Amino acid sequence: MNIQDKNELEQQISKGNKRKYFLESLSSKVFLACALLSVISLLLIVGFVFYKGSNPFITGGYSFFDFLFGSDWVPSEDKFGIFPMIVASIYATIGALIIGVPIGLLTAIFLAEIAPKSVAKIVSPAIQLLAGIPSVLYGIFGLAIIVPFLQNNFGLARGQSLIAVILVLAIMMLPTIVTVAETAIRAVPKTYREGSLALGVSQIGTIFKVVVPAAKSGIMAAIVLGLGRALGETMAVILVAGNSLIIPTSLTDSVRPLTTNIALEMGYAAGTHQEMLFATGIVLFSFILILNFVLARITAKGAQ
Amino acid sequence: MRKFKDNMLRGLLWGSAFVSVAVLVIIVGYIFYKGFSYISFDFIFGDYSPTGGGGIFPMIVTTLLTILISLAIATPIGILAAVYLHEYAKQGRLVRMIRFATESLTGIPSIIYGLFGAVFFVAILKLGMSIIAASLTLTIIVLPVIIRTTEEALKTVPATYREGSLALGTTKLQTLIKIILPSAMPGILSGIILSIGRIVGESAAIFLTAGTVAAMPTSIFSSARTLTVHSFLVTQEAGDIGLAAAVGIVLIVIILVLNLSATYISKKLNKADY
Amino acid sequence: MLKKTCYFIGLTILMVVLAACNSKDTSESNSGNEDLITISGSTSVGPLAEKLAEKYEETENVKIEINQIGSSAGITNAIKDVSQIGMSSRDLKQEEIDSGIKELVIAYDGIVVVAHPSNPVKDLTMEQVKQIFTGEITNWKELGGKDLEIVVVSREDGSGSRDAFQEIVGYKSGQLIRNAIVASGNGNIKTTVATNKHAVGFISFEYIDETVSAMDINGVKAEAGNVLDGNYQLSRPFLFVHKEDVPEAATKFMDFILSADGQKIVEAAGAIPLTK
Repeated sequence: MNIQDKNELEQQISKGNKRKYFLESLSSKVFLACALLSVISLLLIVGFVFYKGSNPFITGGYSFFDFLFGSDWVPSEDKFGIFPMIVASIYATIGALIIGVPIGLLTAIFLAEIAPKSVAKIVSPAIQLLAGIPSVLYGIFGLAIIVPFLQNNFGLARGQSLIAVILVLAIMMLPTIVTVAETAIRAVPKTYREGSLALGVSQIGTIFKVVVPAAKSGIMAAIVLGLGRALGETMAVILVAGNSLIIPTSLTDSVRPLTTNIALEMGYAAGTHQEMLFATGIVLFSFILILNFVLARITAKGAQ
Repeated sequence: MRKFKDNMLRGLLWGSAFVSVAVLVIIVGYIFYKGFSYISFDFIFGDYSPTGGGGIFPMIVTTLLTILISLAIATPIGILAAVYLHEYAKQGRLVRMIRFATESLTGIPSIIYGLFGAVFFVAILKLGMSIIAASLTLTIIVLPVIIRTTEEALKTVPATYREGSLALGTTKLQTLIKIILPSAMPGILSGIILSIGRIVGESAAIFLTAGTVAAMPTSIFSSARTLTVHSFLVTQEAGDIGLAAAVGIVLIVIILVLNLSATYISKKLNKADY
Repeated sequence: MLKKTCYFIGLTILMVVLAACNSKDTSESNSGNEDLITISGSTSVGPLAEKLAEKYEETENVKIEINQIGSSAGITNAIKDVSQIGMSSRDLKQEEIDSGIKELVIAYDGIVVVAHPSNPVKDLTMEQVKQIFTGEITNWKELGGKDLEIVVVSREDGSGSRDAFQEIVGYKSGQLIRNAIVASGNGNIKTTVATNKHAVGFISFEYIDETVSAMDINGVKAEAGNVLDGNYQLSRPFLFVHKEDVPEAATKFMDFILSADGQKIVEAAGAIPLTK
């Protein structure tokens, strides 16, 4: 091999390397751009909703305090108070969480850890399928079955009630929670289980003391996704909530959560009324942010 | 005592699974029971008629179009974003911000996406009430879902794979394309399935961005009505639960077919891998 | 793989750009193209308009797009030129008239008060309707019925049907009984009332069937003839609203609706034709 050949070879290699490095740095930039796209979308949406929603309070002279804590919502008479809806949204979401999260998580644990393989093989895909069922269908089911059931068996005058909303939301978030949590639990390395079992811990003990804590971030993701689905659900809730403008004092009261207020009236609203619906959106949005923040805190604490 | 506790927990697990499955079976069963008598060849492949007795073919076409367009945009972006977050980014402020953004996006009620889409895509970008405007809105809706699930899938890829590949002198990019993404593929696919579910199930956002025109779309700029919006409008306006359930059956079958093909694909990919 | 994804991204960007250009083209060509008629508005008028459009499209070479998004939104769309024609199930408000928009009555519609079929109360006075909806009467017993709490079902604030109903009965939105169920469509009210023996609500004539019991008002039956005579007071016009200078195709479509053929379709659809 003479010197010239060697030089050429070196040049070729360094050329190839250059290309490789260039591709490498370019690709990481493309990836970053993709990741930033969600930030941009969020900023656009938030900016837009806040701009529209804050308008009545900045230029219209409406009081934000009255908006939050007023109990009258009569757009045609210029009264905008959303306190009943805030209360309704909180009750409905908490209720759905109380029912939906334990059942969903336990089902996920069951499918991932103790179900016979043949059972899990049928049930898991079936539940994954159900995560895709349009929420409207849950609403239709609620309207056609749950509402009359409450009326006929519990003697409620209104089947459209807080409890109906809670049931529909709890059912609706089940597939989401199960699917995501199951994936997370399955992702826990086998060695964790083997180690724990080898130490003489029972299977159930291993599941609850080792596997579940190890899958915590995935489980939290499942809850957040389920929560998002419950708090944000609109069309199914419209059909079963009754949409009354009262502050609920019992599970049997008809309620109007924040989302349905927006969906019910958006089609008709104009001017200040429409901007007030955007303001309702701001409140809803703040709730999501607060919840996300709280959940992030919980996970951080758990990790310590 | 410990045994008792174990058995109780075991019972609880079985019980919960039973409740979940039972509730979901009842719902699907009810929809099939109510809607089955409406299903016929003409119902599925017939053109819509406002006078009744018509089919839902225009809504099926609209639904498939929206799925196709939004996934074509959201899937690559979502996967690459997740790759950045999990494989490339140094954990710091920027990553925290991106995480926060995606998480917040998941929580935004679809009705707000609808309001945003109706002004941004429909009015400002002048797309009009159209399938493309709805699809772009849906892209933002499913983006966080794909990012999250892809990230979870990437987490399941053992670090040894990466280390092994890198030790052989491959670049990060090569490792990513040849090793990491293929082994995370089943997880990514499950994310895509979840996204299809969200797209098909979405009503509030589509209602405001695609409109409610009950006719065959002539292009992606036509205003049109998806199956879910149709089923909602039928319940709300006509009060016809049976017809709404029939549309529901079609929706469930579409999702079933998509699910099965996704599972099939992921199985094939897995085989090719090993 | 990367090539593919890059290709995807490129395609996406291209599509968005194309979309932006294309939409301008279509919106421009739409305004000049007389073959497309765009209509949006009331969900009560919508079904009727769809039936009229279906028949009209059979004979004429036009495409009619109908978006059911509510009366107020439809009127706004017509004012802002988003749609050529807006549909409304209530009379225009003063500020809407002031914007220079024209209205065309295409049919009349009656609103009927409905209750569960098992409800023995079949006749109400207008005063009683008002007392029920404002919460002064809260039990069917007070109206000669069973000892059951009355559950009021209303449309949402801003609905054309609700506006018309409240104006005729004589109460304001703020007076509506607080725990009234608010349902967002005629069909939704019908199903709610049909499945609840406590309930009372109001729907458009087109939706009357055997699942609900229609109430007489002041002893007058809810029938088309009585509306035209003026004996049945709960009625309202179905309106098409439009700018003065709508495309010729839209004018022709409106002429068709007013013709004898068009009014026959109106009658078949369950609405009340302009003349009988």
